[in-house]
Amino acid sequence: MLSIHYFASVREALGRDSETIEQAAQISTVADLIAMLSARGGAWPLLEDRNRILVAVNQAVADRDQTLTGNEEIAFFPPMTGG
Amino acid sequence: MATMIRVDVQPQDFDLATEYASVRDKADNPGAVTIFSGLVRELQDSGSAEQSLTLEHYPGMTEKALQDIAEQAADRWPLSVCRIIHRVGTLQPGDQIVLVATASSHREAAFEAAHFIMDYLKTSAPFWKKQVTGTQNFWVDSRTSDHEAAARWQNKQGAE
Repeated sequence: MLSIHYFASVREALGRDSETIEQAAQISTVADLIAMLSARGGAWPLLEDRNRILVAVNQAVADRDQTLTGNEEIAFFPPMTGG
Repeated sequence: MATMIRVDVQPQDFDLATEYASVRDKADNPGAVTIFSGLVRELQDSGSAEQSLTLEHYPGMTEKALQDIAEQAADRWPLSVCRIIHRVGTLQPGDQIVLVATASSHREAAFEAAHFIMDYLKTSAPFWKKQVTGTQNFWVDSRTSDHEAAARWQNKQGAE
């Protein structure tokens, strides 16, 4: 099961803060997951914008081509603005 | 040198004198303690509207990211203590938002490590600021200058 979290402006644009997805056979990378979520339409294609959306896999920032086994914690969020 | 690292993410305020005393007590033969405190700025163009800043974060990843930044600093500079506190939740202009304290035998290491930690923290710890002004609110954009400040350290050697 993939546990997905959305933060800050991404959470507000999508209207949800988390969900779980049973691993579909075709999801083997972060890019695959983004393609599946974007296919929902509405605001979801915003996840494809790699300049404005960061992805974390198991709480570490990851590339789009990172491999998923199906038991990861994934998060989508905008560039960080702490300090 | 083993560095004592402590990281906290909390809504509560912190007391500089208490943190200084704690770092000083834990430091091994300290020659220098650098303390940086970041404050919430007032927006200049907001007129008299009431303002606040709300910090959202990613529980779990935030603590890991701050620990990782502190460990990177400890790898580059001879620090005996490294302390980071970052507040979350709703803050008002003038409130303290972040504390970085470093202790070392030498001032250069304490200064540079604190500077490095702040530059990295701004772009690689999962915090997001939302500015509320009157009835309007907006997410604060990340700044190119913050990313440039962090990237600068990749080309510098640590002081030793």
